[in-house]
Amino acid sequence: MFHKRMSLPAGGLVRTVEPPAVRRQPSHPLFDFLRKHPVVVLGVVGVTLVVGVLALVMLLDLKAPGGILRKAVWEAISDLDAAPAILLGGLLDYLALAWGLLEILLQATGMLVIIGSLIGVFTGLFALTSIVERKMLARIQNRYGPNRVGPWGLLQPVADGIKMLIKEDIVPAGADRAVHFLAPLVMVVPALLSLAILPFGPGLVAVELGVGVLFFFSLGAATEVAVFMAGWGGNNKYALLGGMRAIAQMISYEVPLILATVAVVLVAGSLSPSAIVEAQGGWLFGWLPQWFVFTPWGFAGFILFFIAALAESNRCPFDLPEGESELVAGHLTEYSGFKYAVFFMAEYIGLFAISGLAVALFLGGWKPPLPVLAFVPGWAWFLAKLYMLVLVAIWIRGTVPRVRIDQLMAFAWTFLVPMGFVVVAAAAVWQKLGAGVAAWAVALPVVVVAYLVLGRAFSKNTVAKTTRIYRYSNG
Amino acid sequence: MNADANIIAIVLLGAMTLGATAATALLPNPVHCGLFAAAAFAGFGAMFIALGAEFVGFIQILVYVGAVAILIMFVILLTRPGSESRQAGWKGMASWRTAGGLVVAMGVAAALGWCVMSSAPVSPAPDTPEHDVALIGSALVTDYAAPLLAVGVLLTAALVGGVLFAFDNDPE
Repeated sequence: MFHKRMSLPAGGLVRTVEPPAVRRQPSHPLFDFLRKHPVVVLGVVGVTLVVGVLALVMLLDLKAPGGILRKAVWEAISDLDAAPAILLGGLLDYLALAWGLLEILLQATGMLVIIGSLIGVFTGLFALTSIVERKMLARIQNRYGPNRVGPWGLLQPVADGIKMLIKEDIVPAGADRAVHFLAPLVMVVPALLSLAILPFGPGLVAVELGVGVLFFFSLGAATEVAVFMAGWGGNNKYALLGGMRAIAQMISYEVPLILATVAVVLVAGSLSPSAIVEAQGGWLFGWLPQWFVFTPWGFAGFILFFIAALAESNRCPFDLPEGESELVAGHLTEYSGFKYAVFFMAEYIGLFAISGLAVALFLGGWKPPLPVLAFVPGWAWFLAKLYMLVLVAIWIRGTVPRVRIDQLMAFAWTFLVPMGFVVVAAAAVWQKLGAGVAAWAVALPVVVVAYLVLGRAFSKNTVAKTTRIYRYSNG
Repeated sequence: MNADANIIAIVLLGAMTLGATAATALLPNPVHCGLFAAAAFAGFGAMFIALGAEFVGFIQILVYVGAVAILIMFVILLTRPGSESRQAGWKGMASWRTAGGLVVAMGVAAALGWCVMSSAPVSPAPDTPEHDVALIGSALVTDYAAPLLAVGVLLTAALVGGVLFAFDNDPE
């Protein structure tokens, strides 16, 4: 056999491919202008929305005497802090006067409006976060991220939602159909319910519950059952392993989470989130906010709470229940289409809810960080702080590698849990001595020494002994 | 109207809890039984809440749904059916070990019974109960301190015993 002698191409072995000439569709100059300046589009949409809402208010007011809705809107604009409550009150007054709604229907309407606005705000936040997260991760990894759908890729969540809705919903042949179907529901309902106790402002809480913090944690219990159902119902070994990992992780990290909360409850003397926020009021030296995070035990407690919250909501670096390199997608393996999206939404809403609880417990809830900033309404502060925590979680996801399962458990039980007990003890001392120099003098050394001792012990006993030498990658 | 709604809620919750309990006892698949047990625990918690004892209700859900039911599920999944083949019938049971075990079991039962008996309400319950968490806390560390400590010691002993059993790997 003789090979036909190959002749080298004239330009050498590396051929340069000329990009095909871009043939642009002729388009209207206005369209080109709008494509180049998305701000204009967004501005026009915003102005149209505001004008439309105002026109609707005027139109509806024709039915009632005295312009109740108009008054409510002006009152809400002049008193932004209580605007949501004023608007709701105005709407109910209007319905009672203009349409003669019965008392029980009014109550139902009020509840529905509150539930609807909570769910609306947080699902909107979920859509926003899904694009913000992808953009931020892309920025960290030197990519562009989604930038095709809408201005700056802002409409990507819409495209994702449509994709999820029209995907085929596959149920494995060997699955336990009922359990497989119910798992996303058991997952998402507690996540939505836990929004009910977030205090957005003084009196601005959907359900004023004396034991709100406990309510929050008991809903987390239902989430564990949902993860088990998802892991077992799919009849898939990866799903089951992922589910078991997730449950073990959630149970382990619930302990430091609750210990950090117990410290706050101890000092604030209440299980109600609103009362806990109220306990963080006032200014030290006239400008320093007295949030719990600015105390020695509160700072340590906040860090513990945030780490444990990341683990509870399956966020990186604790997302190994769905570690795609080892378990396909963990308990989500057998889910597709909108059931998967529901899980996804439940995880994000759980992250929002637990960030909101962290804001209420440690970061002063709706209180402004400086006295001069008190003109900004409280609910705006609450949402801003909540979203800041979410952004930190995204930042951590972009920068920290996933931990191994044995490191994960060792970290919870040999570092976080003892540290949690120390934080509770420091908070008890703080509560006994009262905030002041004496309390600082005791609580600060206790927390720092405990951190140093536990941290040294952890790195000596756990990290050093469990670090693996990988023959081909560590040189 | 509110009281009526509450009674309706309690009746419905009771029916659901009873149904879940019956399913726990009767279903063939042990995992389904475990899930229905979780539902029954949640139903008990919800009934406490409907009766106005919010703190107890949420603690019930937190502990029983979040920990006990999950533990049951882990046990179901981690023990294989058919691993009970070690039982040697009634003859092998008559030994000093069994006798000692019986004595310990009776002691535990007696201790638990004493705890339950001594934690009966000290005074007749007031018509309008104050559900204050602080009251529950102070009652637990004053009036009911002894039974609380006894139950705590028993539970810790049971935990240590469970760990010892788990370590026991010799095949005999």
